[in-house]
Amino acid sequence: MDQKIVFIKDTGIENDRTKDYYALFLNLLRENSLEDQVQINRVADIGIYNQGLVVKIFEQDVIYANVKEEQIKEIVLKTIKEGKVIKELLFQSPPKQLRIVLRNCGEIDPENIDEYIAKDGYQALNKAVQENKPEKIIEELKKSGLRGRGGAGFPTWLKWKLTRETPEAQKYVICNADEGDPGAYMDRGVLEGDPHSVIEGLILAGFAIGANKGYFYVRAEYPLAVQRVELALAQAYDHGLLGKNILGSNFNFEIDIRLGAGAFVCGEETALIASIEGRRGTPRPRPPYPSVKGLWDKPTAINNVETLANIAPIILKGGDWYAAIGTEKSKGTKVFALTGKVKNSGLVEVPMGITLREIVYDIGGGMISSKGIKAVQTGGPSGGVIPQEYLDTPVDYENLQKLGSIMGSGGMIVMDEDDCMVDIAKFYLGFCVDESCGKCVPCRIGGYQMLALLDKITEGQGKLEDIEKLKRIALAMQKASLCALGQTAANPVVSTLKYFFAEYQDHIVDKKCRSHKCKHLLNYSIIQDKCKRCRVCLINCPVNAISGDKEQGFLVDPKICIRCGKCYEVCKFNAIAKE
Amino acid sequence: MIKAKINNLLIEVNDGVSILEAAKKAQIKIPTLCKHPDLPPGAGCGLCIVRIKGTPKMLRACCTPLEEGMEITTHDPEIVAVRRTVLELILSNHPNDCLQCGRNNNCELQTLVADFGIRDESFQKFLPNVAKDDSTRTIVLDAQKCIRCGRCVTVCQEMQNVWALSFLDRGFCTRISPAGDIKLADSPCIRCGQCSNHCPTGAIVELDETARVWEALQDEDKYCVVQIAPAVRVAIGEAFGYPIGTNLTKKLYALLRRLGFKAVFDTNFGADVTIMEEGSEFIQRYAHGKGTLPLITSCCPGWVDFMEKFHPDMINYFSSCKSPHEIVGVLAKTYYAQKKNIDPKKIVVVSIMPCTAKKNEIIRCEEMYASGCQDVDVALTTRELARMIKQAGIDFNNLPDEEADQMLGDYTGAGVIFGTTGGVMEAALRSAYFMLNGKNMEKIELNQIRGLEGVKVAEIQINGKKIRVAVAHGLNHVEYVLDKIRKAEKDGTEMPYHFVEVMACLGGCVGGGGQPYGVTDELRTKRAAGIYQNDENCKQRCSHENPFVQQLYKEFLGSPLGEKSEHLLHTHYRARPVYSK
Repeated sequence: MDQKIVFIKDTGIENDRTKDYYALFLNLLRENSLEDQVQINRVADIGIYNQGLVVKIFEQDVIYANVKEEQIKEIVLKTIKEGKVIKELLFQSPPKQLRIVLRNCGEIDPENIDEYIAKDGYQALNKAVQENKPEKIIEELKKSGLRGRGGAGFPTWLKWKLTRETPEAQKYVICNADEGDPGAYMDRGVLEGDPHSVIEGLILAGFAIGANKGYFYVRAEYPLAVQRVELALAQAYDHGLLGKNILGSNFNFEIDIRLGAGAFVCGEETALIASIEGRRGTPRPRPPYPSVKGLWDKPTAINNVETLANIAPIILKGGDWYAAIGTEKSKGTKVFALTGKVKNSGLVEVPMGITLREIVYDIGGGMISSKGIKAVQTGGPSGGVIPQEYLDTPVDYENLQKLGSIMGSGGMIVMDEDDCMVDIAKFYLGFCVDESCGKCVPCRIGGYQMLALLDKITEGQGKLEDIEKLKRIALAMQKASLCALGQTAANPVVSTLKYFFAEYQDHIVDKKCRSHKCKHLLNYSIIQDKCKRCRVCLINCPVNAISGDKEQGFLVDPKICIRCGKCYEVCKFNAIAKE
Repeated sequence: MIKAKINNLLIEVNDGVSILEAAKKAQIKIPTLCKHPDLPPGAGCGLCIVRIKGTPKMLRACCTPLEEGMEITTHDPEIVAVRRTVLELILSNHPNDCLQCGRNNNCELQTLVADFGIRDESFQKFLPNVAKDDSTRTIVLDAQKCIRCGRCVTVCQEMQNVWALSFLDRGFCTRISPAGDIKLADSPCIRCGQCSNHCPTGAIVELDETARVWEALQDEDKYCVVQIAPAVRVAIGEAFGYPIGTNLTKKLYALLRRLGFKAVFDTNFGADVTIMEEGSEFIQRYAHGKGTLPLITSCCPGWVDFMEKFHPDMINYFSSCKSPHEIVGVLAKTYYAQKKNIDPKKIVVVSIMPCTAKKNEIIRCEEMYASGCQDVDVALTTRELARMIKQAGIDFNNLPDEEADQMLGDYTGAGVIFGTTGGVMEAALRSAYFMLNGKNMEKIELNQIRGLEGVKVAEIQINGKKIRVAVAHGLNHVEYVLDKIRKAEKDGTEMPYHFVEVMACLGGCVGGGGQPYGVTDELRTKRAAGIYQNDENCKQRCSHENPFVQQLYKEFLGSPLGEKSEHLLHTHYRARPVYSK
């Protein structure tokens, strides 16, 4: 078999049609007697999004994007049969990316271990167990400068060293795949696209710290990821990469899967441990850190999916190779889930130190509309907004923190003038309030009270003194919450207050939301000059807030109006003003 | 040893001591609402934050161990401001009905709010819409007043191993409740009341039954009698400014008469009778091979409930003897009533107990009605009695000493030590020794089974034979003992013990769930010391020496384990479902 097609459909097309495309391809191949020469694989993710049906053909090394059903025949006939490239279908691969974590995503069939192995898969593990010097792995990681990709950026080598050095016979390693930030799906991309890279990382972690048991903690809301990890684990056992005497060595290692039941806080390591142990998923105070007392009170190293996917390449190519990428304190690459108002949204993997502007404009293709960029939100609900004047800041752990945001796990949402910063703060805070475990006061009540204040402000009932209250509670949450969820939950509010205070003032003093997001502050009215008296708005208004007749014209009664925006949507003559 | 600075004061503490504890050495009290000396830190309230030089974060003093060279600031304007905000946040989720609250004037939250001088309501009030749960008729759970500190949950799960209480839901809706939102009465709750004793606010309090007692006292048709449990006398003084552990037995007698009780008895007398019965039971099983060993004590209603729910396989080992206050109750309505020629139906027996479970015990099965009516009518806790004294306006501290009423009032040293862990065992062994040897032990104190060690094991020499005993208190310590018994059962080997004493609460009744608040090991030790002092001061120190007990058997009961005794003084046990729903 010398040809291969990989194809994927992203969220831009209805999911259940995948099969049709697959069947269509198969049929066309059969019709052309090509079925024995071509292998078609369905993959979930090759890091390209919102590009409709994407087809990747390996022999010619081309990627076609936005492929229409009728064009499939052309692809089969021209490219597959004749080897000709169809220029108009070519996907322009975004520049400036460097794929280490996502190295195999879209390149291989994630359900086939041989393809992973063909891409140097499990070579790092082989090297490690043959050399049998676990300390050397930690040494190599130290050279690489790899820091935890779950958000906090703790040096991975140090975490492993501490776990290794805690004197206990039984130790554990855990892969934290409880990704939960709204809008972030880096881990999912890796698990669905290249599960073996994470498994190899986890086995190497076990080998390095001296553990014989590992757990995959995957959120149950990622069924495909779970399925692929399960399959990959079974394959790894079959190939002697898991189990007893791995690759002929004395090293034994087993991995089990545990499913998270949908609590965001279970991504916090101590809550995650409690959840695996079968207890209520709430954080506990640290110290003792899991490296000393973790799962069932045994030393435990917990690493994020992306961190683990970095391990094998580092072991194979050396720490120095990795350390040459990135900035002084933040090495390597970072995967971001780029979303929001950019043209190309999707998973991007970039070297540390790239600027936000490069990510948004060069990789993301710039803004989707003509509206100017207002800010970039990073770090999800624990992060903050970075206003457009800081777009030239190189992205690394330290710089983002200086700007009042964080790297976080890698969510990156681009916002334009249509995004209301008070509303954004409310959205993220609302998420944390929903997801608070309820254990400690500052997070449980503080978050709720802040949300109530933001509700008040966005409903036009806010007072300037509410700002002081917000700041006071935010300080208490940052200083007195037990875990990172609570400590950072106020960040979106704090950073929007810092950079977009004027928007808060607009909401409170002028009772205006200039982005037209906060519906309580909106007023709909009929522009009489434009109105054609068609009555469509009147008919569609769900609360009969519009009255009048063809002679007099129509009016919206603001007292009855519920700001649903129906009239604005249905008017064909742009005769409804929203302000 | 760790050397570090707290507020610039150099202090030295042992390895592993928390900053909160260490600060006490620097005469600093760091505020907290969730940390309790009995419990591991829960880290829920967020009040105990301190600043550690070199870290931008503030850390919780309750769960951060002091480390060598740390420089800690416990109070600065920002720390105090954060604590103040946290307190205000708690208040925004807590009702303002302090004046009608069971913990008014004795509430840790109220005290802190007063200390911080919080005068305004900065934040909007959000109160959960939950009804009170008084289904146990013993303790009342008012989840609206709960600050989610988690003490009760830790007490119930870890200290008592009962697992009736847990956290349900999450975030702002987090609440304490039995699993599945069922009523407490349908849960595994054993009514030990330790949750109420550890609660910092009025979220869990004892069911107040003082009104029923006032009513009975005012009813001219009723003949109210009262008894006090051993542990009450050394704890009631805490409500009146006495040093901890002061024995106020005789003032209590005077007080109860002034409250209007027609006769004042002492549960210690009942304890002496218990020993006659239980001691005889032990001799029967030990020396005459009738029944199974080990004999397990049954005075503690929390333990009985626990056993019936979680360890019904132990029923055969249990002493069938009723608890001392039930014995006084049934004797008041039979023996005393006959001798005084009073209609038992008119007698109201009130027990003053250190215990909330006693409120449940008095109706637990038909044997609690052996006199023909309910043997004990009301069981009040020490805390309720303190309130009655204050309501009545009696100057407790200046009351004269008085004696108890005869027949059911006089006690020996063996009776009073029932109030502390190891006491029932010690009292029983004193009499068992006599019953087997015909003479008293030379050294009457059994120090091996005293003190706060969770499980105490000893061998007592009687007649050249060794009696192996085990004493456990705090229900999380029981499993160890029971497992050993089960193992011997299974292996068919000799039983590890002949005699086992269990009390549900840590320290025994001195640390009971109905005792004054603020219990710690130091306090338990002092209360126990008061009890042992009382024992030492007694003329007779063995139950069989009590002349009124002897008279009781002679005139009324016949012999221990005789027909009448069995009928009036013994009960039976049955397996109960852990969840009744």
